[in-house]
Amino acid sequence: MLDGIVKKLLAEVADMVDIPLNGAFNIRANGESQGRNSTENIQIVPKENGSGIDIYIKPFTKDENVHIPALITEEGVHDVVYNDFHIGEGADVTIVAGCGIHNCGNAESLHEGIHSFFVGKNAKVKYVEKHVGEGDGNGKRIINPQTHIVAEENSYLEMDTVQLKGVDSTNRISSAKLAEGATVVIKEKIMTHGEQYAETSFDVELEGAGSSAKLISRSVARDRSRQLFRSKIIGNTECYGHSECDAIIMDEGVVAAEPEIVANDVDATLIHEAAIGKIAGEQLVKLMTLGLTEKEAEAQIINGFLK
Amino acid sequence: MLELKGVSYVADDGKEILKNINLVIEDAKFVVITGPNGGGKSTLAKVIAGIIKPTKGQIILDGQDITDWGITERAKAGISFAFQQPVRFKGVTVKDLIMLASGKDLSTAAACEYLSAVGLCAKDYIDREVNDSLSGGELKRIEIATVMARKTKLTLFDEPEAGIDLWSFKNLIDVFEKMHREIQASILIISHQERILNIADQVVVISNGEIVEMGTKEKVLPDLFGVETGCRYFQGGDK
Repeated sequence: MLDGIVKKLLAEVADMVDIPLNGAFNIRANGESQGRNSTENIQIVPKENGSGIDIYIKPFTKDENVHIPALITEEGVHDVVYNDFHIGEGADVTIVAGCGIHNCGNAESLHEGIHSFFVGKNAKVKYVEKHVGEGDGNGKRIINPQTHIVAEENSYLEMDTVQLKGVDSTNRISSAKLAEGATVVIKEKIMTHGEQYAETSFDVELEGAGSSAKLISRSVARDRSRQLFRSKIIGNTECYGHSECDAIIMDEGVVAAEPEIVANDVDATLIHEAAIGKIAGEQLVKLMTLGLTEKEAEAQIINGFLK
Repeated sequence: MLELKGVSYVADDGKEILKNINLVIEDAKFVVITGPNGGGKSTLAKVIAGIIKPTKGQIILDGQDITDWGITERAKAGISFAFQQPVRFKGVTVKDLIMLASGKDLSTAAACEYLSAVGLCAKDYIDREVNDSLSGGELKRIEIATVMARKTKLTLFDEPEAGIDLWSFKNLIDVFEKMHREIQASILIISHQERILNIADQVVVISNGEIVEMGTKEKVLPDLFGVETGCRYFQGGDK
């Protein structure tokens, strides 16, 4: 039986309200599996050494989804998990991961989810990842996700990753290697408060002709929180790469962006855009002329920005 | 009724932008403020909206002294302001802005009506973000739709014609007339456009921070367009 905290976290990080689902899922709580279901087309197999799971999606599987939330509800848990997704040729699936930590104790709890995606030819994947921390203990809530993508010919992977509250420290590492005609789109939204720290790094290699990558990061750093955004896109052929880092800083928040683009081929088109700044005064004034208070205007601008 | 009594504004650099402005805007009147660029017109609109605090003088709205009121309080009291250069917002949609302006949950169809009124095909715009992907002219029309949705007793437009093409210019005049007629609102427009001046109940000419002429269009316009044949006040279009 799942307790109330687990249920709440499941709903927040994976939109899972009822269990079991008809679809494929694996629920991991405090380092152990709390439920698993495979379907005809999607097999979830635990790794022999217990370090994680392999998810096998049959070629040409259409309109199915996989939920693999990981939760920590106790203090002092250090959970490291390796999840490998093998997505067959021509499949079209949605994968919902996500991690929630509820820490009411004084010892830090940490989750490191290392996810590898092997995306077959012409496959299409939507990957959604949400990270949430809660609980009123002094113990830190740390989430360090890694996402490594190998995208085969003409495949498409879109990753939406969101972390809006409660995670004290995060180091997010993503990498992608793209074959001919493959596309990867990564959208990241982060908000940090208090003394939180968030670091993001993307490493993308555009290996195949016609491959393209788009990295979009929007973040808000409040209070005394700090963020570092790193991106490196390497174009080795005729390809298109675009990274965009937009950050709003408030209070004493600090954001650093370190973009790098490397064109190793004359036909590589690579772009980086970065903008960091406080909320523009004229935006606040505009919304105030519509009757919002300054605080309401600020909240509206941030909600929109991170929507 | 809005009344400005002896309103002056001196900028931080000591320059006197507004000098002893005395002006009454009666209820349900259509007032156009015109005059040369740099004469203080936009500053006056910002003073009324509460964006700029006057150095001297009083602003009275329906008998209440609102001189010390902030932007939000004045907006809630029924003053709307369409910016000359509308603001862009990443992530905020046209529908979000229209809803915020109307102060209530509007159906998409109701929100779309405002867009149609300013000549935008509503379904193409309602879910768009108010960001760099919109042209200056599109933003301007969305700005006008937004203040229309507020339905307040006083609406200020700062050069609404700037960036609007000729086709929509006619619509714009229809919009003003419709607002004026339907909600019996006072409309104060800063404009260089003769066609806008021609629908005014009252024309106010501001130059060098002062009101140099004020009265009905019949009284003021011949001076502007007739006697002053050199179009002294009219630089027109985008600044």
